[in-house]
Formats: sequence, structure tokens, C-alpha cells
Amino acid sequence: MENAFTIAAYVVAAILFILSLGGLSGQESAKRAVWYGIAGMAIAVLATLFGPGSGMWLLSLILIGGGAAVGYQLATKVQMTQMPELVAIMHSLVGLAAVFVGFNADIMINYIGNIFVENGGVLGAGSLPAAAYAELSTFGQLIAKKSSVEIGILRVELVLGIWIGAVTFTGSVIAYAKLAGGSSMLPFKVDTGANKLPGGHYLNAAAAALSVLLLVLYLGGSGSWALVLLTIAGLFIGYHLIMGIGGADMPVVVSMLNSYSGWAAAAIGFSLGNDLLIVVGALVGSSGAILSYIMCKAMNRSFVSVILGGFGGPAGEQMAVEGEQVAIEADGVAAALNDADSVVIIPGYGMAVAQAQTGVAELVRKLRAKGKTVRFAIHPVAGRLPGHMNVLLAEAKVPYDIVLEMDEINDDFPDTDVAIVIGSNDIVNPAAQDDPNSPIAGMPVLECWKAKQVFVSKRGQGTGYSGIENPLFFKENTRMFYGDAKASLDKLLPMID
Amino acid sequence: MIIGAPKETFEGERRVAMTPDSALQLQKLGHTCMIETGAGAEAGFSDAAYKDAGVEVVKTAAALWKGADVVAKVRPPSDAESKKLRDGQTLISFFYPAANEKLMEAAAKKGSTVIAMDMVPRISRAQKMDALSSMANIAGYRAVIEAGNNFGRFFTGQVTAAGKVPPAKVLVVGAGVAGLAAIGTSTSLGAITYAFDVRPEVAEQIESMGAEFVFLEFDDSELPDGAETGGYAPPSSPEFQAKQLEKFREIAPDMDIVITTALIPNRAAPILWTKDMVEMMKPGSVIVDLAAEKGGNCELTKMDEKVVTDNGVTIIGYTDFPSQMASQSSTLYSTNIRHMLTDLTPEKDGVIVHDMEDDVIRGATITHEKAVTFPPPPPKVAAIAVQKKEPIKEKTPEEIRAEEVAAFKKQTQTQVGLIAIGAAVLLGIGSIPGMPASFMQHFIVFVLSVFIGFQVIWNVAHSLHTPLMAVTNAISSIIILGALIQIGSTSLLITLLAALGIFMASVNIFGGFLVTRRMLAMFQKS
Repeated sequence: MENAFTIAAYVVAAILFILSLGGLSGQESAKRAVWYGIAGMAIAVLATLFGPGSGMWLLSLILIGGGAAVGYQLATKVQMTQMPELVAIMHSLVGLAAVFVGFNADIMINYIGNIFVENGGVLGAGSLPAAAYAELSTFGQLIAKKSSVEIGILRVELVLGIWIGAVTFTGSVIAYAKLAGGSSMLPFKVDTGANKLPGGHYLNAAAAALSVLLLVLYLGGSGSWALVLLTIAGLFIGYHLIMGIGGADMPVVVSMLNSYSGWAAAAIGFSLGNDLLIVVGALVGSSGAILSYIMCKAMNRSFVSVILGGFGGPAGEQMAVEGEQVAIEADGVAAALNDADSVVIIPGYGMAVAQAQTGVAELVRKLRAKGKTVRFAIHPVAGRLPGHMNVLLAEAKVPYDIVLEMDEINDDFPDTDVAIVIGSNDIVNPAAQDDPNSPIAGMPVLECWKAKQVFVSKRGQGTGYSGIENPLFFKENTRMFYGDAKASLDKLLPMID
Repeated sequence: MIIGAPKETFEGERRVAMTPDSALQLQKLGHTCMIETGAGAEAGFSDAAYKDAGVEVVKTAAALWKGADVVAKVRPPSDAESKKLRDGQTLISFFYPAANEKLMEAAAKKGSTVIAMDMVPRISRAQKMDALSSMANIAGYRAVIEAGNNFGRFFTGQVTAAGKVPPAKVLVVGAGVAGLAAIGTSTSLGAITYAFDVRPEVAEQIESMGAEFVFLEFDDSELPDGAETGGYAPPSSPEFQAKQLEKFREIAPDMDIVITTALIPNRAAPILWTKDMVEMMKPGSVIVDLAAEKGGNCELTKMDEKVVTDNGVTIIGYTDFPSQMASQSSTLYSTNIRHMLTDLTPEKDGVIVHDMEDDVIRGATITHEKAVTFPPPPPKVAAIAVQKKEPIKEKTPEEIRAEEVAAFKKQTQTQVGLIAIGAAVLLGIGSIPGMPASFMQHFIVFVLSVFIGFQVIWNVAHSLHTPLMAVTNAISSIIILGALIQIGSTSLLITLLAALGIFMASVNIFGGFLVTRRMLAMFQKS
């Protein structure tokens, strides 16, 4: 591994990865950027495969080929509405791989330690006879050269890698099960609500404390059993933490797991002394962290409160909602749309659930053909994955330049004739601005009620994820268009002329 | 129940409390309708039209008062009419109970129930029966038409072959229902419209109607809040009034038409347009005083008269604007009456249930079961949600600049602080005794990568967050390198675990990149 050519290849790969992430700043450059990522990965893998220190490259190639086949199946079969699930389950693979690689490192340390003992020395002090040293793999040789302090640090690093990997693994599996709901491929089903075992976060805290204790024991030379227990503690935390978080907070959870998978890779990179792993792990880790931060900010909640699950209790009595919800039929909506000049559509998770994006796109095409201004307003936490709505609309061939972010469009609502809310609730709740006692007070929301008329496509009269009554539905300029979003749009489409 | 509408006896009153349309609706409630012959004639509704609508036409007022269980009228009953009231009969009309106490007591003594349309509380639910508003709306419209009738020029500015015509400038004082209707009419005729109101919260409504709000600089804490007094403007302080008059004096010479609508409940109308202001106005200007009935907002107004001052300003003090548009006002008023009866007939079976627990009915009822029930207790529901008093102050350029400087300073402070903390942490780690240099080398790579990550990821478009996650997911499978290095080990267990690791990571690499490609290919520009 201490090979100049391999390291040079790693530098090229690292630069390509950075360019790949940087290219995602715009839709057009992103199409190029993904190729940078692929090229970077290819260079890194090839350089490692054919570089010194790697054996069994035929087996490796076969395994990669097998993985490629599975990955291809996954990537081409997946529905765009299932993206959150796919991303979640993929995180779990990275987590598990990190656990395996970490264990390997531990086994290797023990193995080298034994060789040292056989040769009458101690690992970390002194060196092996040249013959024994030459027999070792490159990773073994690396360990054999280390001092005892370095071995200690190495152990901390690999414990971190294994532990974070374990949390990521079970956390992602649970997140997948929650997001996939009924269509989950797992043998067990998970309720999408927030469920905690009795004891709640004390259990997590206890498991974390146990992990620290085991780390100390492991460093003290207690052997691999501490590492196994520590992994189990990590697996439990991942499972229990995510079980306690409800479905609508999944954007934060998935971003967080994304971040964790990066940190796990970085920690493993430290223990293997591989700079490329460190670089990429750090990039992915910071990316996930930033995404989590953006999502939390969009909900006006602290990261900790999301992770600890559930909304805080209301600070005082909430404002009573006055008025009544007025229902409307498809013909009324169609008449208003036919008269409108500017229309803004606000999609939410309900649109994804009802698979209504193609209907929405068709509606937009018809309206735009008549010369109306039609735009989409996307709240950062709409859907179950950061950017989920954008991907769905792109799939339905909605041009991306009419899909706008909250900050870009919020000032335009007073000049909008019709705002259509499809399957979103909390992100259009005026209580966030008007009612200081509302649990979502201060959360930035789309001010659709400022439009001249608002139509809300909604399955029934229930409240949103947060369980908060939405005064928007009671406003004088709001009409409720009840029914499944897809069925409603199918009824509406023929009436737009 | 039989609902009857007599012919109005008040001199010049042309409205009627029941139209053929409203009669049809009343019959749907289970009531029978009756009308005095010729009652609707002046509003454009013939007896034949009523008959077609199933209304019984009776010859005399006496027969109607005798036959009807509920009498619907426009004006308060005259003395002669009040004598015809009988026990158990209900009268629905404008009444102005505060000014007509004797009449009210007489009605109470007779045992009849009187519902005063002018006492309907101003809550959202009662808007459909708010006859004052529907009449004020007509008055506002008519005031502009009347002004135009007496104004010798166009409202709208025009450039014609025969020369340029400047647009008329209209000032509307008081932006209540009448004021807003006047603003709407005036702007749609093309005049440049200004409006003033003591309640700053109506500025938005004024601007939404297309007029310019005449802004008065004043310490806001003293400004009255209309929301606390049921939507009416309360009296204002003497300092405020002085300020207000000063402003009017400043703009008076520019105005071609002034429409005043300022009323304070149960008080004489405030004088807002003084004699000297009238004298400042150009000849040919017109003032329409909608508050003439309560003494007028203009010092020179004469009730029910049109006067022309020495300097050629016409001042109109008519009080019968709604009556002048009898057809329109009868339609609206009869609808208000019909809504009131809808509330009084909850079962739609023609049986009137006088529910004194109901805020609206209780508020409007001034005599019931031989007792005077005026004034009513305050309604249980607040009239209008009290506005939060948070006037948005226009920021001066200096303030904005100061804010920017402060924001910049704060940003610098946080940034420098973060850098200092970060540097301290790094130095702290580096100075731990025995920290091997090999670790620090990797650590530097790590810190720099995190730093690059933060710099790069902030620029990622929000719409590409899902592809970002898929890509980062794919590249985090770089962990495959670790497994590739380890697979060549002599230990079977290591080889097995590494093989599994390679397999899983490659699933991720291919799946992640492919799905990203798929997603990105879908993003299309229009």
C-alpha cells in the first residue's frame, strides 16, 4: 500500500469526488458531476485492486460483478416515490461493511500480536524478524511497524468505525422499514409512528454508557468479546433511536444516517491508514450533517429534539380555530383554474403516497399551454427525503425551472390567483406564524393563504403529522377538495379546457 | 307564519323590505308572504311580479298590519304605524333605538317584539344580515355618482385631439364600508383616489382598493384600535384631530372631489372639513357628505340639501342615497331580512323560534315579551380579532446601513470565534503528550476534508438534495478499499468478512451511481 502510484491515484480520485459533490450546485452541471464520481470510484478501486498488497483480485472482481448486478437491479427497478427507502437501505449496507472491515482489523491486530509473541516480542515494541515480516500482508506489515501508542489510537479508531457502522446499520434498516411501510422487503413490519421501549432514552443513554465502558475494557486488552458486545450495543442504539422517531421526521433521520455512514468510513480510514477513505468519509459526513441542519432549520427544531423524537408540548393554550371547512367539487376547482392567471402548486408527502405526480404534471402542462403562469413551491421538508418532491416532479417531466424553493416564492403569493395544496399540511400551517403557542411556532412555512384562493387536496379532515389543527383549512379563501389526490386530479383534468 | 311588508310611509322613501325573489326564499322556509299593493312600485317591483312569486297582495296597510305575524319594514315605524302593532307581532326594520326610545317603549308595552336591523352585531356570522353595511355600500357608490353628476370634468385623465384632460383627484375620508365602496367606484372611474382613516390597520384595505392612504405622522401608541369597538372608529384625541386637520388643509387645494363618511357610534359626526378648507378648494369642486344625517363632516353641510358656496364648491348633504337606488337597495335589504328570518326559523318549518341565547338575535332584539331589551349585553364572540399592534416601521437608510454593519460585525465575530475554537481544539489534540505524528498526518487530511465538504455542500441546490444523498451514499462505499486490502489475508474469517464487505459496498456503488444518473436525467428545463 505504501506505493507512490496508488497514493497518486487516490489524490486523483479524491479530487474527482470533490468535483462530483461541487457539481451538484446546478441541474446541468450535476449531469457531468455524477460521471466525475463514477470515474473517481473506478480509479480508486482499480488502483487498489492492482496495486501492491491486494490479493485474490479475481475473487474481488467476481464479488464486485455480483454486487453490480444487484445494484443495477435495485437502481433500475425502484420507483421514484420509493427513493427514501432505497437511500435508507443503502446506508445500512455501508454501515454493515464498516462493521466487517473494522472486525477484520481487530482480528489482524490479534493475529499480528500472536506472531510477535511467537517471535518472543510484544506488539508495539520492537520489530519482527525480516522473514516473519515479509510473510505478512501489507495491512499486517503496517500494524507490525506501529508503536504501542499508535496501536492504542488504532483501536479507538476501529471501535469508533465499528460502533458508528453498527448504529448506521440497524438505524437504516428501521428507517427503511418505516419509510417502505407495507411494501417493505423485510420479514418484519415496523409501525411508522414513534415507538419507544419502556425506559425511552434512558435505554439509549445506558447503551451508550455501556459502549464507553466496553471501549475502556477493550483498550485495556480484554480481547475481542468487548468489541462484540460493543457492536451489539451500537446495533441496539441504532434500532431503538430510530424506532422512537416518527415518519415525517425521516428527512432528518436519513440525512443523519447518511452523515454517520460517512463518519464510519472516515474512522475505518484512520484505522487502515488510508487517506482516501478519510477524505471521502469526511466529505460524506459533512454533507449529511449539513443536510440534517437544513432540514432541522426548515422545521425550526433543534437536531436534538428531532432525534429525541416527537414534538414538544405546546407552550400555552393554542388559538382556537374559528370558521368552518368548506368543501368544493372538481368543477369548482376547474372553474377557478380556468379563470386564474397565476397558479402555485404546493406538493407534499400526500402527493407521493397517492402517486399523483404524473396527474399534477399533466395539469401543469394543460394550464401552461393556455399561457398561465404555473409554478411549484417546495418546502425544504416536504416529503420524506431532502429534495424528494423535486425528484418526483422531475420524474413526471415537470421542468425544473418552474419548481421553486420556499424563499424564492413566498413573496409572490399575494399576486397569485390560485394556490393548490396537494397532500401537505404542516408546511402550510399559518399557526406557525400567528400563534406563538403552537408547537410549530416559528417554523418557516409557505404563505399560500395570501393567494386569492387556496384549494387543498386532502384525503379527509384529519390533522397532519404533528397533530396540529391547521387554520388554513378554515380560512375564508380556502376550499377543501376532499379525496385521494390522484383520483381528484383525474376528475379535474378533463374539466380544464 | 305570515310575513308582510307594507308600503313605506316616510316621505321620499322608495325602498321596500320584500322583493319577489326574497318572497320565494321566505316561502321555502315555510312562511307565507303578504305585501301591500304598490309597495314595490317605486323600487321597480310590480304587484304582478309579487303575485307570480306567490305573494298575497293586500289592498290597505291596515289589512297588512292586521294579517301579518311578522312585519318587515325599512324605516322605523311612524307613530300611526306603531299604533297598529299588536301583542305577539314581530317587527323587523331599522329602528335606531337610542334615538327613538319612546317608540321603543310604546312597542314594548304593546307586547310586540322588535328586531332592529341597525342593531345586528358586527360579527362574522351576522355579516349576511348586516343591513347597515349593505346600505352603506350603496351610499358609497352613489356618493361618487352624485359627485360626478355635479362635477364638470372627467374622472379619468385623457389625452385627446382637443387637448389634455387631467384626472380628477378624489379624497375619501373614513374607510368604512361606504368609504371603501366610494374608493372602489372612484378608482374604477379612473380618478386618482386618496383615502384617510384614523385606524391605521385599514391602510392595507385602502391600498387593496387602489387608493393611496393619506399617511399621518403620529405617535402610534395613541391611535385608536377600531377592533376593540366592533369595527367602528372611536373618537380620537384632540392632538390627533389637530394633526389630522392640518393634513387636510395641506391637501385641500388639490382635491376636486371630497367624500366624507366619518361616523362615530351614538355621537354627532366629527367636523373634519372646515369652512376654511372649503374656501381653499378650486371652483367646481364637489363635496359629498355621507354623514349629513348626523350633522355632517363638513362644516357647511346642510342636511338633505345641495348648497353651492361663494367660491363655487358644491356641497351635497343628501341622506337618501340608498333610496335613490331603490331597486338595488331593496334587493340587498330584503336579502338581509331574509337571512334574519332564516336564523329565526331554524327548522325551516315556518315556526319562528326567538332564541334570546343567540348572539345575533339577542343583539338585534330591542323589545321582547313586553320588556325593553335594549341595550344588549356585549356579544359572546368578539367582533373582530383584535389586531396585534405591531406597526411595521419603514426603516431609514441609516438604520438599514447600521443593521448591515451590525450583521457584518456579528458574522465576523462568529467566524473568528469558530476559527479560534477550531484552532484551539486542533492545537490541543496536537499537544497531547505522546501523540504520534502519523496520526496527526491523517488527522490533518480529515480536518481539511471536512472543511472542503462544508464549503462544497452549502452550494448544492435544494432541488438536488436527493441526488446528493444518492451520490454520497455511493461514494461512501469507498469503504470497499478497506475490504479489498484485507481480502488477501491468510485468515479465512478475515477473507470471508472482507468478501461480504466487498459485495455489499459494490451493490451500493453501482446502485447509488445508477440511480443518481436516472434521477438527474429526469431534470429537464422548460
